[in-house]
Amino acid sequence: MTVLQLRGVNRVHGAGDNAVNALVDTDLQVAAGELVAIMGPSGSGKSTLLNLAGGLDAPTSGQVLVENTVLATLNKKQLARLRRRSVGYVFQDYNLVPSLTAAENAALPLELDGLSAGKARVQALAALEEVGLDAKQADRFPDELSGGQSQRVAIARALIGERRLVLADEPTGALDSTTGEEVLKLLRRRCDAGAAGLLVTHDARHAGWADRVVFLRDGRVVDSSAPLAGAETLLEGAGS
Amino acid sequence: MSVKHSLLALLERGPAYGYQLRTAFESATGNTWPLNIGQVYTTLNRLERDLLVEALPENESGQRPYRITDAGRRQLAGWFASPVQAADRPRDELTIKLALAVTTPGVDVADVIQRQRTATLRLLQEYTRLKAAEDHAELAWRLVLESMIFRAEAEVRWLDHTEAVVARTGLPAPSPFAEHVGPHAEPGAETHAERPEPEILRENR
Repeated sequence: MTVLQLRGVNRVHGAGDNAVNALVDTDLQVAAGELVAIMGPSGSGKSTLLNLAGGLDAPTSGQVLVENTVLATLNKKQLARLRRRSVGYVFQDYNLVPSLTAAENAALPLELDGLSAGKARVQALAALEEVGLDAKQADRFPDELSGGQSQRVAIARALIGERRLVLADEPTGALDSTTGEEVLKLLRRRCDAGAAGLLVTHDARHAGWADRVVFLRDGRVVDSSAPLAGAETLLEGAGS
Repeated sequence: MSVKHSLLALLERGPAYGYQLRTAFESATGNTWPLNIGQVYTTLNRLERDLLVEALPENESGQRPYRITDAGRRQLAGWFASPVQAADRPRDELTIKLALAVTTPGVDVADVIQRQRTATLRLLQEYTRLKAAEDHAELAWRLVLESMIFRAEAEVRWLDHTEAVVARTGLPAPSPFAEHVGPHAEPGAETHAERPEPEILRENR
């Protein structure tokens, strides 16, 4: 099932002589259970794409659909609700609220959506457990957590409740290579469990965890690798 | 790859015959570099000739185990103690291809780079999938796999870098072929200064 769909999306910043084509004629689909990596040089449109996918920005032309809803048909309030209920974000700098514990951070989207604090906490603890954090760690504040643990909280928060689309913007940027890999593995597992993931990264090793890698240059998709086939014949000819 | 030293390293675990050595080598490297059994026996013969291993009596099944000698141990220690030289590695076909791509008229360098990057990333995805599938893989195999992952990553980074450099500087006009300046060259003919040969282009010795 397709969770995210971009149909002929264009995004132009500015107008006239100063117009910048941030994204040009872009088509993209991300299905449930799929992790798609977006790569490309700085200024190639990666962040624009992510912002459009999350409804933080609107296309100049073309359509963005999240779970079959065209975002442009929603009013402000409906869009905010869809963002709260269907889309999760993971950022490079975690973006946790410093005055809230890990569990309170993870529960935040549910509470904003009107769920009682008690019910939200139960779900938050379960979500944290899924990303490998125990009840003791759940009651710590962000400044008492390591970078890797903070990013785990952010992933738990991104996927709590019914949300099935996670948008990750360089989620491993601030982490060392082994911790970064743990975060990627976790994202991969959440996608294997049914989430749809869109990952912006400049790190080829992290893009390796994705099912597909899409390259952007100057706002255009220049290449997109087809989904992987089986790995049986993989090692033939790999040696040198 | 040094089959000779690999066999010595395996024999350091204890005496073994050809088939066992091949199996042990392939299991340590995750079947990445299949060893031909003929290659194993030829190498064992040479090692025996050079007194680095000694043949033991055949067992009941007619297999002849070999044992590493003290000279073999010294040879092995020397191998582990010395870094792998750039000249021991095969020539890098991709580097040569791109070096020629930027100097060959009519080649779309960006396209060459993009195709390679897609292929390398695909390989990286596949290695990563293998790695994810084997969470408790044997250490030696994991190390081989990660070496391939890091090498693929380095290649992608180098391709990104090359793409940016080419985009920024543009392509040079291919230089004309140098005239051969021999003993019969006319006086005053331009002589080309000898440039030291870059290591990467040297023959693999």
